[in-house]
Amino acid sequence: MKALVTVKRVIDYNVKPRVKADGTGVDLANVKMSMNPFDEIAVEEAIRLKEKGVVTEIVAVSVGPQKAQETLRTALAMGADRAILVLTDDEVEPLAVAKIVKAIADEEQPGLIITGKQAIDDDSNQTGQMIAALLGRPQGTFANEISVDGDSVIVKREVDGGLETVKLALPAIITADLRLNEPRYASLPNIMKAKSKPLANKTPADYGVDTTTRLKTLKVSEPPVRSAGIKVPDVDTLVAKLKELGVA
Amino acid sequence: MANVLVWVEHDGAVVKDATLSAVTAAAALGDVTALVAGAGVDGVAAAAAQIAGVSKVLTADDAAYANALAENVAPLIAGLLAGYDAFVAPATTTGKNVAPRVAALLDVAQISDILSVEGPKTFTRPIYAGNAIATVESTDAKLVITVRGTAFAKAEATGGSAAVEAIAAGADSGLSTFLGSEIAKSERPELTSAKIIVSGGRALKDADTFAATITPLADKLGAAIGASRAAVDAGYVPNDYQVGQTGKIVAPEIYVAVGISGAIQHLAGMKDSKTIIAINKDEDAPIFQVADIGLVGDLFTLVPELTGKL
Repeated sequence: MKALVTVKRVIDYNVKPRVKADGTGVDLANVKMSMNPFDEIAVEEAIRLKEKGVVTEIVAVSVGPQKAQETLRTALAMGADRAILVLTDDEVEPLAVAKIVKAIADEEQPGLIITGKQAIDDDSNQTGQMIAALLGRPQGTFANEISVDGDSVIVKREVDGGLETVKLALPAIITADLRLNEPRYASLPNIMKAKSKPLANKTPADYGVDTTTRLKTLKVSEPPVRSAGIKVPDVDTLVAKLKELGVA
Repeated sequence: MANVLVWVEHDGAVVKDATLSAVTAAAALGDVTALVAGAGVDGVAAAAAQIAGVSKVLTADDAAYANALAENVAPLIAGLLAGYDAFVAPATTTGKNVAPRVAALLDVAQISDILSVEGPKTFTRPIYAGNAIATVESTDAKLVITVRGTAFAKAEATGGSAAVEAIAAGADSGLSTFLGSEIAKSERPELTSAKIIVSGGRALKDADTFAATITPLADKLGAAIGASRAAVDAGYVPNDYQVGQTGKIVAPEIYVAVGISGAIQHLAGMKDSKTIIAINKDEDAPIFQVADIGLVGDLFTLVPELTGKL
């Protein structure tokens, strides 16, 4: 079966984001960008399923600016077979991304769609669930372990309090949690090879999707700053402080 | 006044605390109806009816809703939303699983993890691991919202007297089946609602050292135990102990960070704690930039000393 993986180009997770002084957003000019860490895990899982012979072809999809091509090339270098870039310079909300992915899924008919559980820029944690809803297919969110078993997939999910296991009828949508796997690094020869793998350029209009945002961002501000703390020299002083706080 | 439907998070017996914060957020929008979906939920419905601020409780009692499978409960909620202006769920793993599916069925954007209600359709929410706060206004006809529990006071669990009404259940989608769960058993306070949390990081070396160092201190303080991603990945403690952007978001009275450097992903989960105490041997560790009280030194001598003197 075919697997579809979605990848997003986001600010690198090690960069501390800075809010623009005019409150219109976060400053992304000259900031290092990378593949969303959860999407790396999604790509890795698709590749492992291919290595097990469960998946036959991996299609990586990204919705974003021209530079998202680099993110797709990274997915190709890791082991995806081909890529689709849905080109737009606008900010695209999870619902619109889900509609685009649904349209691609209608064309490609994947048995599995694997997404990251959330993007570390908007922290929405919505897209995978929305794709599942639009396709009318089951969802295995926050996946910690997956195994395909005939025409279904067994997903161990990370939930509050522990883990739960569900069985989903294929085709299904999986969203990858942190501990699903350890993503591989793309080797130099594979990075070179990825340059010649097919990458199709599309637009949201090709899929008949309107990407007008439903949420208006009125402003973006800095979180409240914590007042400077103190350092205590020893445990006795810390204990005294704890007593002041009403503990111990 | 808007009609708001609130998802009641429960384990089949007890209403989870996260629901109470969601009710507070929902009450800021309008009249609150609580939805209790599950199998054999009379007790939960009775408890939900007592939550202050809830004016009506709907119960959907059916085996199909037993484990809150999104494939079964999302169509139920989307159908009910014909009569409501907003759906509000706590931003727990259940809420995050179900709400976006509801939103997509209704063709509306979801507003995740709100921190405050600024107007009938205006909310604040954290982005970039809490490094920025966005104020957003919905242009959709209906709202689908998840609520960050630590950002809203809990509604009183008693004092209300809402009417309970059973509603018809929909069919089982047949798309998904619940096979089982492994829930970590703990006598400790629940991490997300604990008043005091003692959290350990990579510096704790291994599972045994973590337990030997952190557990006695947590016991003395009556605290819940948390951990950084590094400690979870290294196998010192289970996944559900993780505090951070991708784990649990906590805001206790006191958060004690032991051997945690303070990466932005960890700070995203705990920097709204009232008092942060850090014990770390590296005086330049970023955790000291947010800590109210810092103690620099070797945790393996300091923590037992602290435990002994409490």
